[in-house]
Amino acid sequence: MLGLQDKWVALAYILCIASTLLCVVYGIFAWNKGQTDVSQEDMRWAKEEKKAEKKM
Amino acid sequence: MLAETTINIGTIIAILVYVLLVGYLGWLGFRNTKTATDFLVAGRKTHPFVMALSYGSTFISTSAIVGFGGAAGLFGMSLLWLTMLNIFVGIFIAFVVFGGRTRAMGHHLDAHTFPEFLGRRYQSKFIQVFAGIVIFLFMPLYAAAVLIGGAEFIATQFTISYETALLIFTLITAAYVVTGGLKGVMYTDALQGAIMFIGMTILIVWAYIKVGGILPSHQALTDMAGLVPGKLRDMGHQGWTSMPLFGWGDKKYDLWWTVVTTITMGVGIGVLAQPQLIVRFMTVKSQRELNRAVPIGGVFILMMTGVAFTVGALSNVYFNKYGAPLNGRVSKVIDEQKSFAVLQITKKDDTGNWVDVEGKMAPVRLTGDSVGAIVSAGQTVPVVQGRSISIIYAQGNVSQIIPLYVTSAMPKWFGIIFLLTLLSAAMSTLSSQFHTIGAGIGRDIYEQLQPKHGGTLGITRIGIIIGIIIAVLWSYFWQKSPIIIARATAIFFGLCASAFLPAFIGGLFSKRMTKQAAIWSMIVGFAVTSFWLLFVKAQEAGDIGLVQKITGGKTSILAGYPNWPTVDPLVVALPISILVAIIVCLATKPPSKEHIDKCFRRK
Repeated sequence: MLGLQDKWVALAYILCIASTLLCVVYGIFAWNKGQTDVSQEDMRWAKEEKKAEKKM
Repeated sequence: MLAETTINIGTIIAILVYVLLVGYLGWLGFRNTKTATDFLVAGRKTHPFVMALSYGSTFISTSAIVGFGGAAGLFGMSLLWLTMLNIFVGIFIAFVVFGGRTRAMGHHLDAHTFPEFLGRRYQSKFIQVFAGIVIFLFMPLYAAAVLIGGAEFIATQFTISYETALLIFTLITAAYVVTGGLKGVMYTDALQGAIMFIGMTILIVWAYIKVGGILPSHQALTDMAGLVPGKLRDMGHQGWTSMPLFGWGDKKYDLWWTVVTTITMGVGIGVLAQPQLIVRFMTVKSQRELNRAVPIGGVFILMMTGVAFTVGALSNVYFNKYGAPLNGRVSKVIDEQKSFAVLQITKKDDTGNWVDVEGKMAPVRLTGDSVGAIVSAGQTVPVVQGRSISIIYAQGNVSQIIPLYVTSAMPKWFGIIFLLTLLSAAMSTLSSQFHTIGAGIGRDIYEQLQPKHGGTLGITRIGIIIGIIIAVLWSYFWQKSPIIIARATAIFFGLCASAFLPAFIGGLFSKRMTKQAAIWSMIVGFAVTSFWLLFVKAQEAGDIGLVQKITGGKTSILAGYPNWPTVDPLVVALPISILVAIIVCLATKPPSKEHIDKCFRRK
C-alpha cells in the first residue's frame, strides 16, 4: 500500500495525516469554544510570572 | 571556487540578517513586553498562530530533524509511528485533554514551574526539590542532543571539524540565550517556527520530486530492502518501508525493541511530562487559545518530524541513484536481478594498483562495467562500481545522514535556509531548556532549601552556565556514540515520563491521588530508570561503564538474555511507577477536602 512494503508502516503514514486532519477538524469546530474571562487569580498569576521572568 | 566564495558570503549575510532580525524582535519584545505572560497581564488574546508556532518550535529541535531524521535513514519509515504520536499525543491530547486543566490548576495553585506545580498540588516541598534536581541534572543531556544536531550540520555544510562547529554553534545559541532568549518572546519563537516550516516544506517537496514522486519513491525504497547491511538484518531490519521483525527471545528481534520502545514510545509518550512544554499551557488566556492552536500545531509537527523521518528514509533512494560511485570487488552477490552485491571497498595505492580497504564493506547496486582489476586470494577479479545507502555515505555516523543529504541533494541556496531552520529549531528549544534549568536550580531547589531567598538571581545564572557547560561537554565526548542524538533525547523524555507522568496525571485528574503516592511513584520511576540505564540497557550501560566492572566486561547484567538489553527503561519503569502510585494511593489517607477544592475549583 502506498508503495510501502509493510501495512503497519503504511498505517503509520496514513495515521500521521489522519491525526493532523483530526487536529484541523477539531480546531475548526472548537475555534470559539472554551473562552473565559481573565480572572483576578489569572492576573495575580501573570504578575508573579513577570517577577519570575525578571529573575531570569 | 568563485561559487563557493559567493555561497560563503551569502551564508554569512543570511546568518547576520537572521541574527539581527531575531535580536530586533527580542529587543522589541523586551521594550514592548511581548512574552506570553504580557499578553495575559494585558488581558489580550495570543494569536493562535503565534501560540502554536511558539510551542512547536520549542517542542521540535535539531534533535528531531537531524538526530531522529538520521535514525529514519538507518531504520526506515517505521519511525513514522513517532510522528503519529507527536501529533496525536504531543499536540491533540496535550492541548485538548491536559492543557486547559494544567492552566486552571496552575493558576489556582499559583505555580510557575513544573516542579512547583507538582509540589503545590501535593503540598510537598520534597516533590518540588526532587523534580527540580532531576531536571537540573538531566535536561543538559537533552540540550546536548540539540547541540550535536546543529554542530553536525555546520561541520558538513562548511567542511570544518565537528569540534569547531560545536564551538561556533554553542557561541551563537549561548549569545542568544544569554541576551534575552530566556524571556521566551513569543514573536521570536514564532519567527523561528515560521522559518522551520518553510525550510522543511521545501525539503519534502524537493525530496519527493528528486526521487520520482510520492509513490514511485516509496516503491524504490521498498525495492532496496536487499541492501540492508548484514548486521542490521541480523537485528531484524527488514527494509526501510517495513517494521523490524517482532518477537521475543532472540537477537533478531532487537531492532523492534529499539525502534518501538526507545525511539517511538520514549519520546512519543514522554512529551506529556516535558517540564518546558507544560508551563506553556499556563500562559494562555483560556482553553479557546489552546483549541485554536491545535490545528496549526498538528500541521506544524507533521511538517517537522513527518518530513524529517520521510526524507531521512528516502535519502537511501537518493544516494542509491545519485550518490558517488564506490569502487570495490564483489564479495557477495545479494540479488543478481537487481544487481545488488556486497562490495569489498578498494582504492588505488601509490603505485596505481587496486588494494582492499581493510574491513570496509558496502552493500551496493552495481552501476556499470569494471574500472580495473585486483588480485584477491590468488585470482584476478574485476574492480566494479556501485552506489550504496545513506549510512555508508555518512561513514556510519547516523547524525550525518540528514546534513549529508542536504548538502548533496539540495541546491546550494537551500543550505542557507536549512542552516537557519536548524538555528531556529535549536535556539527556540535551547532557550526553553536553559530557562527550565535556571528555574529548576533557582526557584525549585535553592528557594525551597533557602527560606530567605537571597541571591536567587546569581544561583539561577550559575545554574544556567553549569547547564550549558555540561551540555557542551556531553556533546563533545558522546558525539561518536551510535544514534546518540535520538538516544539522549529518548533518555530524557523517558525519564520524565517514568518519574513525573503518574504524579502529573494523577494530580490533574484524580482527587484521590495522595502526596505519598506521588512521592513514591516519582522515586521508584526515577530509581528503576536509573538502574536500567546503568546496568541493563546495553548501549547506555556500556557507555557509562559501571556494569563492565561488575560483570567483568559485559555491557548488561542481562547480556545472556536476548532482547532485554535493548528494552527501553520506560517499558519497565513507567508501569512500575503507575502501579506504585495506585497501591500507595489506596493505602494512604486522601488529601484534605479543602486542598482538593482549591486545586479543582471552577471559576
